[in-house]
Amino acid sequence: MDYIEDINKFIIENFLFGDENNLEKNASLLENGIIDSTGVLELISFLEETYGITIEDDEMVPENLDSMDNINNFLKKKLNN
Amino acid sequence: MCGLAGICHINGPGKISLNTLNRMTAVLRHRGEDESGIYIDDHIGLGHARLSIIDLTSGTQPIHNEDEMLWIVFNGEIFNYPELRKQLQDDGHHFYTTTDTEVVLHLYERDGLKCLSLLNGQFAFAIWDSSKKQLFLARDRMGICPLHYTIQNGTIYFASEIKSLFMEKEIHREINPIALDQIFTFWAPLPNVTAFKNINELEPGQFLQIDENTINIKKYWHFPIPSRNEHIDPSPEELTEELTHLLSDAVRMRLIADVTVGSYLSGGLDSSGITALIAKQFNHDVQSFGIRFEESDFDESPYQKQLASFLNVNHKELLISNNDIASHFSKILWHAEKPILRTAPVPLFLLSKLVSENGLKVILTGEGADEIFGGYNIFKETLIRKFWARKPEDQNRADLITRIYPNIFKNPLLKKTLIKFFAQGLDKADDPLFSHLIRWNNTKRIKTFFSDDLKKEIGEYDCIDEIRQLIPDHFDTCSSLTKAQYLESTIFLSNYLLSSQGDRVAMAHGVETRPPFLDHRIIELMARVPSVWKILGLNEKHILKKVFNGILPKNIVDRPKNPYRAPIQQSLLAKNTSEFIKDMLCETEIQKTGYFNSKKVNSLIRKLNARKNINEVDGMAIAGILSTQIIDYQYIKNFPLTQNSPFKPNLMIDHRSDHRFGNTGLFAGKQ
Repeated sequence: MDYIEDINKFIIENFLFGDENNLEKNASLLENGIIDSTGVLELISFLEETYGITIEDDEMVPENLDSMDNINNFLKKKLNN
Repeated sequence: MCGLAGICHINGPGKISLNTLNRMTAVLRHRGEDESGIYIDDHIGLGHARLSIIDLTSGTQPIHNEDEMLWIVFNGEIFNYPELRKQLQDDGHHFYTTTDTEVVLHLYERDGLKCLSLLNGQFAFAIWDSSKKQLFLARDRMGICPLHYTIQNGTIYFASEIKSLFMEKEIHREINPIALDQIFTFWAPLPNVTAFKNINELEPGQFLQIDENTINIKKYWHFPIPSRNEHIDPSPEELTEELTHLLSDAVRMRLIADVTVGSYLSGGLDSSGITALIAKQFNHDVQSFGIRFEESDFDESPYQKQLASFLNVNHKELLISNNDIASHFSKILWHAEKPILRTAPVPLFLLSKLVSENGLKVILTGEGADEIFGGYNIFKETLIRKFWARKPEDQNRADLITRIYPNIFKNPLLKKTLIKFFAQGLDKADDPLFSHLIRWNNTKRIKTFFSDDLKKEIGEYDCIDEIRQLIPDHFDTCSSLTKAQYLESTIFLSNYLLSSQGDRVAMAHGVETRPPFLDHRIIELMARVPSVWKILGLNEKHILKKVFNGILPKNIVDRPKNPYRAPIQQSLLAKNTSEFIKDMLCETEIQKTGYFNSKKVNSLIRKLNARKNINEVDGMAIAGILSTQIIDYQYIKNFPLTQNSPFKPNLMIDHRSDHRFGNTGLFAGKQ
């Protein structure tokens, strides 16, 4: 299953407030000013609440969270386990 | 402090509407309810609402010189006036009051424009030279006292607050899109810019001289940013001694008043230090005032209590609830006269009310210490990021950033992701705006809520580019910390902290705040001190802590800086928030004013209501949107232009040639 659409929708609703998301799927959300330091916490609670997962401390790294692709791959891994 | 207003026909005599002048003065009465006065001739009308602090009996304004050729209306205080008065008397000047205002007038008579450099104080004033037919307006170095003006069809209107200018119905009231662009980026408009089109604010340290032939607008003082090679190199002991002396003198001067002077006490280093200096050196029984918050995240009251009992001062505290903030938000906007991204002025508005209810009119505050002595996290952040930029891959350098933001980095393992945020722009460490670009770029994301129409009006204008044009030529030769201090002090301190969160919310209840740290002698000394004495390693305000070491408890000196903040969405969007706030944010109202995209604003409100973890940018967005809506409501749509409050000045001086008292125009006296 692919989560890109859900993630994109979340980003559009919560950080772009309806604007189109023109970002490449592998582009950094932090470096492109889509989310800021406190926005990361929002992203984490969204993922935990929506997918019923608990994100472990050692999973909170840019490799899992800082692009739509990264989040998608992370979710796939996490939900398959 | 006081309120002043005026109308001046630059190009020759003309009718001055006494009715308009009265209304311009009356609307400023909150700034000074003790007395009022009017001067009027064929060229100019001056109005004054007085808060009597020095010379309670004979200081009624406008005040004149010996031959009644010069007239002044004055707001503020000149702290070194006793010395200046003595010099002037030695030079043969005669005084009929004991006020500082009269000293300024004679000083101008003697020295002209140069008088400004001799003043140690906080002020805004207007002097009319009736022989030269020349008007002179000036504002203090840091912009503690406000002064606005607009020039329309050969007439200059000026006043302490914009609402006074708007009492002239010919002055058009319209929101300035450029100001919105600036506020929604820097948290404040840039100097000279106001929230309204064609309404200017005299800049801090600026004067304006105008007559029929010329207009001369110039800065007489610039926030000092010496190059590194102009730094002095005192030992920490010498510097501590010099500062202890200067600070004590700055406090002494600011206690000069013919009324009781109190102090604000937050529990932080700066206000604690000022209160301690007053209590130990000048007034053991000083009254102090502090804010407590219902929301524990914002509360500092344990430190306040500790300090109050340590200094044995007469302390009063005010508990602020979320509901208090929501219910007074629109009132403070009437005073601030510009949109704000924060709610922190509200508690200070309520605190000045408490001060006034306790019979006090003058308060010393700790404002300015963070800017001058290097207290803010953004300064430490700049130094760390600069150091880190030299070796961007060095994890130890990156880790330093976590030490200054313990709250953001509460979860140690979230570190790696958050560090990436602070890594933005590391490749541009030589950018003159390096210190503030992360903050500004992050804040300006809230411009996403601007409507298409507003965006169109703003067009290609880029406020960050404008700053690049405004910075002084030698900026590049200054240290990173100096550059950051300059940006912080000339934008946020002058145009927000001293304004929306300073003068306006204090004067709303007729309370004058005096910040000793902003004595220009202290600013000028600290500007030439190497950065290391401001921030040593990661220890902020290092030298100031040394100054206060002997007079404050160790835990107060050593405690990390806690920024003063107030709840935003918890109060403004609480279920029991006022109907007025709900109305201002409803889709129809948002569409009616046209500044914001109503769909996006709806999504934001939905998000803020649904989520617990709110990021700061969303909080700023809702405060900015709501405050813009309210400013539009109060100043554009429903401005009380026709409101006729009874106004009878205590002093009326009428020098009009066609006046009913005859052509001599010599009627002058108290009514």
